Amino acid sequence: MMSINTVMVEKYRNNFLREVEANVEEGEWVKMCMQCGVCAGSCPLGDAWEHPPQEIFMMIRAGKREDVLTSDSMWMCTSCYNCIVRCPRELPITHIMHGLAHYARRLGIQPKNNPTQWFCDVFWNNMMKKGRVNELKLGLSLYFKNGFLSGIKESLKNAGLGLNMVKARRMSPMDFFGGHGVKDISGLQKMIKKAQELEADRIDRHGG
Amino acid sequence: MADDKKIAAYMCKGCGLGERLDVDELKVIAEREGRVDMVREHDFLCSEAGVQLIQNDIDSEDVTNVAICACSRRSKTEAFNFENVAVARGNLREGVIWARPDTDEARELTQEMAADYVRMACFESKFSNAPKSSGEQSRIDNVLVVGGGMTGMTAAIEIARAGYKATIVEKTGTLGGHLAEVWKDIPDRSPYADPVDTGVAAMIAAIESDARVTVHLNSTVTRTSGAPGRFAADISTESGSTTTENFGAIVQASGYKDYDAHQLPELGYGKTPDVVTQAELEKLAREADGGPIHRPSDGKEITSVAFVQCAGQRSDKKGHLPYCSGVCCMASIKQAMYFKDNNSDIDTTVIYTDLRTPGAPGEDFYRSGQKKGVVFTKGTVHEVVVGSGAHSVKFKDLILDEDAEMAVDLVVLATGQVPNSGPDMEQISEDKEAAKEAGEEYVEVPVESILNLDYRQGPDIPQLANGFTDSHFICFPYETRRTGIYTAGPVRRPMDSAQAKEDGTGAAMKAIHALEDAAQGRAAHPRSGDLSFPQFRKEGCTQCKRCTVECPFGAINEDEDRYPQFNEARCRRCGTCMGACPVRVISFENYSVETVGQQIKNVEMPDEFDEKPRILVLACENDAYPALDMAARNGNHYSEFSRVIPVRCLGSINTIWITDALNSGYDGIILMGCRKDDDYQCHFVRGSYLANARMSKIDDTLSQLNLEPERVATCEVAITDVERAPKLINDMVETVAKVGMNPFKF
Repeated sequence: MMSINTVMVEKYRNNFLREVEANVEEGEWVKMCMQCGVCAGSCPLGDAWEHPPQEIFMMIRAGKREDVLTSDSMWMCTSCYNCIVRCPRELPITHIMHGLAHYARRLGIQPKNNPTQWFCDVFWNNMMKKGRVNELKLGLSLYFKNGFLSGIKESLKNAGLGLNMVKARRMSPMDFFGGHGVKDISGLQKMIKKAQELEADRIDRHGG
Repeated sequence: MADDKKIAAYMCKGCGLGERLDVDELKVIAEREGRVDMVREHDFLCSEAGVQLIQNDIDSEDVTNVAICACSRRSKTEAFNFENVAVARGNLREGVIWARPDTDEARELTQEMAADYVRMACFESKFSNAPKSSGEQSRIDNVLVVGGGMTGMTAAIEIARAGYKATIVEKTGTLGGHLAEVWKDIPDRSPYADPVDTGVAAMIAAIESDARVTVHLNSTVTRTSGAPGRFAADISTESGSTTTENFGAIVQASGYKDYDAHQLPELGYGKTPDVVTQAELEKLAREADGGPIHRPSDGKEITSVAFVQCAGQRSDKKGHLPYCSGVCCMASIKQAMYFKDNNSDIDTTVIYTDLRTPGAPGEDFYRSGQKKGVVFTKGTVHEVVVGSGAHSVKFKDLILDEDAEMAVDLVVLATGQVPNSGPDMEQISEDKEAAKEAGEEYVEVPVESILNLDYRQGPDIPQLANGFTDSHFICFPYETRRTGIYTAGPVRRPMDSAQAKEDGTGAAMKAIHALEDAAQGRAAHPRSGDLSFPQFRKEGCTQCKRCTVECPFGAINEDEDRYPQFNEARCRRCGTCMGACPVRVISFENYSVETVGQQIKNVEMPDEFDEKPRILVLACENDAYPALDMAARNGNHYSEFSRVIPVRCLGSINTIWITDALNSGYDGIILMGCRKDDDYQCHFVRGSYLANARMSKIDDTLSQLNLEPERVATCEVAITDVERAPKLINDMVETVAKVGMNPFKF
């Protein structure tokens, strides 16, 4: 069986704009960009982006599929919504960025070493266990991302903060041994599973 | 000065004049020094009772000349509007009490200032006559409309609707012009989403069914003579027959020519029929009539098309148009929709540098194009490579900053509009001069004239830049430099059909206004309603013809005896001829070398050692004078040593005034006029420029008198310069303090 990425390439040939419109959340807005550059100028993390939103939209129209989907630009979005507020054409830019990131991951061509997308995975897995985020474990897994030694160092650096949070009852050390969850965890998991099936169905319909 | 004049001066005591000034003393001055026959005062002169007082004197005391010493001549014009008498105004309110602080120290010199303004008003009045129309007027309610395109048709329809007659002269065999060649038009109504019918057929039907509109097809205007209210035009058909008709006014809607795309070989034009201009695509679209559009080369159904914006436009390259035609972006969006509406799978790409979508539909129509899937790419196209199947458009992507290439079936070039305005007389004479200087023979490129005016100043309307006819772009768009002839549509500036309609309507209204004004001998804009007109003393004329050359409006012809022939209906009353005349034989009834000269002369000139300099300010009545009035109203004071005299235009300033003023002891002179370059603000187009040219030679006069050149300054003052204008006056006072007093005081 062909990978879904190959399927999409076959299906849309060089018309990446149509592919985005059909498969990316809010992707039908990309054509409405008028290239004013207000989003690029408004982004507080603009310097950290390889391509600002304005450029991403232009690249989509120019058919630069590979460059767009493997880019780490949309993973850098912190959802501050500055661009959405300012866009004179009222494009939901933040949502399009997340849509693109999500689509790239679904195709399996997202930038593998990008910390944001790594963190997204950790966050998702952490949450799916109990239906709630275990903040202690989430924090620790972030500290230990680059190995045991640096993990210890990071943890010690933030030990004071952790203690204060415990004192203020913002975090419980007991979370280390499981933590609390939602009442009906299996119900939640069933719900998510159904949603994933629906989405896979949709991709099959468009992509297959 | 005739003996039967009876001059009356009126002092107003309202608006604080009574408190700030010693009006009794001013009355004595008017009587003794102004030598008027009668002086009256009133507490509130512009009130009904005050006006009645003046009117009674005119009616029962046979007063012929009135000097009203109250507020600025720009205020209370309706109250102080008396028929058949010469009226002069002494500006005591804005010009004196508001221009000076209300303090005890300032009181004495403010009174001196007021006294001078009273003297000036008395003498201006004394040397003026009540203007009357010349009696040469006639009224013809037929308007000649040259050009039967969208603009011309609209103008004719509007003229007929207003109850007047219109005569359209169209060069081709059909009405409709360029728009008749177009498949669909840009929408002019909300929601501005889809191309709409042009409406040409309905307009032609309306014209054909209207008895007040006459249409001459296949015809041109081969001769135009006369003046507003009595133009005579020869209308010649292609077959050679000519009829002469009389018209009250003319609307020139000669439109534009398409830019010749053969000058763009790099974009593939002429190399393959698959590179077309927008006009040619309209033809393809009309043939397809909503069905699939086929390629001209092989008849293949088009699946991809690129629109190249600014083709041969907005570029400094030789042969290209330097300006933006302002319509091509909208036209490309519309044409891309022709494809998208037929089949949304067709790839349409508009390659632009700046997408310009002016007007009400602009942004909505652009958005509609985007919604329909038209792709907009910011880039500059440098080459179109003709291929056997698809053609390759090579461009630089300006957002991604890289060279890119696109294969398409059809390339559409968005070329611009070239105005159809006839030969540019000023350019031709400049070129002739240049050729003469270079010792080369001047080769004339024949350009067909539109109006064939038999004016001494050339056969067509003067142009401003790039062939577009000259007019005041913002304030009075349809006025041209030929009174009674109004240009509208793309001959004036590039535009689309909606703007052309607006233009046609505007020009129609102006033309009606002009013919009615001409019938009464009243001036057209900007001295609208003025009855005075230039007259000249034939015995004194040296036939130098400077007036005919310098008149910005071509109002002055040459008669059989080589004397100037004034066409008062063509005249705008700026007085540029009066300023130009070296022997000073040209004058208006209420504005002459004498009326201003007497004001200059009758200012009291203090002794050289009095430390009271006198600064003469000659201010353009359109911008500088109101700026000073407003400055005073806003409390921006200026020097009590200044004496301001309004002039109709800087162009009317005769250098004799300057020489006389310097000879009689003025220490400084400021000429305040409008901006004069390509973005001129002069209401009479050339007046300010001409004044500057004349004043550049004033240095000779100054050096002959052994005076410092900084004593005379020419400044550009806009109506908004309420802070700067007073400063210019105060600066001159400082300059005089530096260079010393004028030694020629008597």
